[in-house]
Amino acid sequence: MTLRLQPPPRAIALAFLAVMPGASLTFAAAPDLADAAGNYGITSASRIHFTVAQTGGGGGIAGDFGKFSGSFRIDRNDVGRSTVEFTLYPASVKTGEKRVEDFLKSSAVFDTANYSTVTFRSTNVKQTGPDTAAVEGTLTARGTSRKERFSVTLLDWNRGSIAFNIRGNIHRSPYGMDVGTPIYSNVVEFDMNIKGQRR
Amino acid sequence: MLRNDRAGFGWVTIVLHWTIAVIILALLALGFIMRRVPIDPALQFSLYQWHKSLGFTALGLAAIRALWHVIELRPQPPAGLSPLEQRAGSVTHIVLIGLALAVPLAGWAVASTSTLNIPSFYFNWFIIPHLPMAKSAPAEDFWTLVHMTLAYLLLAFVAFHALAALYHHFARRDDVLVRMLSAGSHRRKRSQAASADPVIAGRKKP
Ligand code: HEM
Ligand code: HEM
Repeated sequence: MTLRLQPPPRAIALAFLAVMPGASLTFAAAPDLADAAGNYGITSASRIHFTVAQTGGGGGIAGDFGKFSGSFRIDRNDVGRSTVEFTLYPASVKTGEKRVEDFLKSSAVFDTANYSTVTFRSTNVKQTGPDTAAVEGTLTARGTSRKERFSVTLLDWNRGSIAFNIRGNIHRSPYGMDVGTPIYSNVVEFDMNIKGQRR
Repeated sequence: MLRNDRAGFGWVTIVLHWTIAVIILALLALGFIMRRVPIDPALQFSLYQWHKSLGFTALGLAAIRALWHVIELRPQPPAGLSPLEQRAGSVTHIVLIGLALAVPLAGWAVASTSTLNIPSFYFNWFIIPHLPMAKSAPAEDFWTLVHMTLAYLLLAFVAFHALAALYHHFARRDDVLVRMLSAGSHRRKRSQAASADPVIAGRKKP
């Protein structure tokens, strides 16, 4: 999420993004960089969606987490110094099938009785394109902390709020959650739409 | 030795019988434990998958056995059985052969109609497709009930059948159990009988 302030002074793409010519095609109303910098709270309008593929195709397991909280800060001068922290409450998982939800909350997967949250804290933000960035950070689940990487795409921006799509593939086994492999993939694909409200 | 003859069972029948018997007893225990005993949910998930893989093995062997039962010669009933006992025996055997097919088929229907839609990944080796049945909670509940009822009915018949075998062996001291243990048993017995027979024994003398 490098956002180095460069000439021209009117920054084009935003938030966690570098200012690059051409990005203005993506974002018609190019905001002023100074406007996007700031602190944001992640709103409940965000969507934390995940899928786990299953062998032989078919739907696999797909769901959303209903309860989460977090905030991020877009650095005014250097997007690379932006930060994000995010907390997920796995007990809020919804898959449309109660047996699956109960299983995910059980000691087999999230073990919500002993670990009520999954957290992510960024350690490094790097711009990768006009409206994309890579965020690296520490993911902690079930008492295990590991470095994980997500890719971020700017979706929308206005003076008060900002929206990103964030994707990342997380391996379950390092967190002791590899139950069901190889029927179900070891990889959880996250596809999140994060909405930030300026604080 | 592989085939049955009038006097007793051959090895094909015997090996099929005991292999299927062991697998079915294991499946009954596994089914009960995974469904009725509070166990670790991760372990429970694996046991369900093992149950399905082993269950498909039972289905395959039971199909071979049913076919074998139809095409293969049936040995004469062991000596000393009343007509009623013979009839009870052969009816029990037909029921056992039928249930050994029906129980896993109903289990397959459970896996196929389940809204969980968990693939049957035969010993993590290849996928056995679901039966072409619509997935719904009522269908899954129905087939679960059928599978469970037939499984415990099978258990009852197996218990009756095994107790009958033990009764014959220990109380009646006939060769009902022995002839299902070894294909050679009746032949040995016959040759013993032969050497005891003065006429035949006499012939053997130089
Ligand atoms: C001869 C073979 C089999 C035997 C003896 C057997 C026996 C059992 C038993 C005793 C139960 C527990 C019933 C209860 O207490 O509720 C059970 C459950 C179950 N069996 Fe089997 N089974 C066999 C084959 C199969 C096969 C081939 C499949 C699937 C491919 C299968 C799938 C299941 C499932 C999914 C359950 C759990 C049902 C539920 O929890 O809703 N079984 N089985
Ligand atoms: C677990 C203990 C069991 C014992 C001690 C046992 C014992 C026996 C014996 C002694 C016989 C031979 C009867 C004769 O001499 O005519 C026999 C036959 C038979 N048994 Fe079992 N059995 C057992 C389990 C099972 C199971 C689980 C099944 C199937 C579900 C089964 C199916 C049959 C059938 C179909 C026959 C008739 C022979 C054939 O055509 O294969 N048995 N059993």
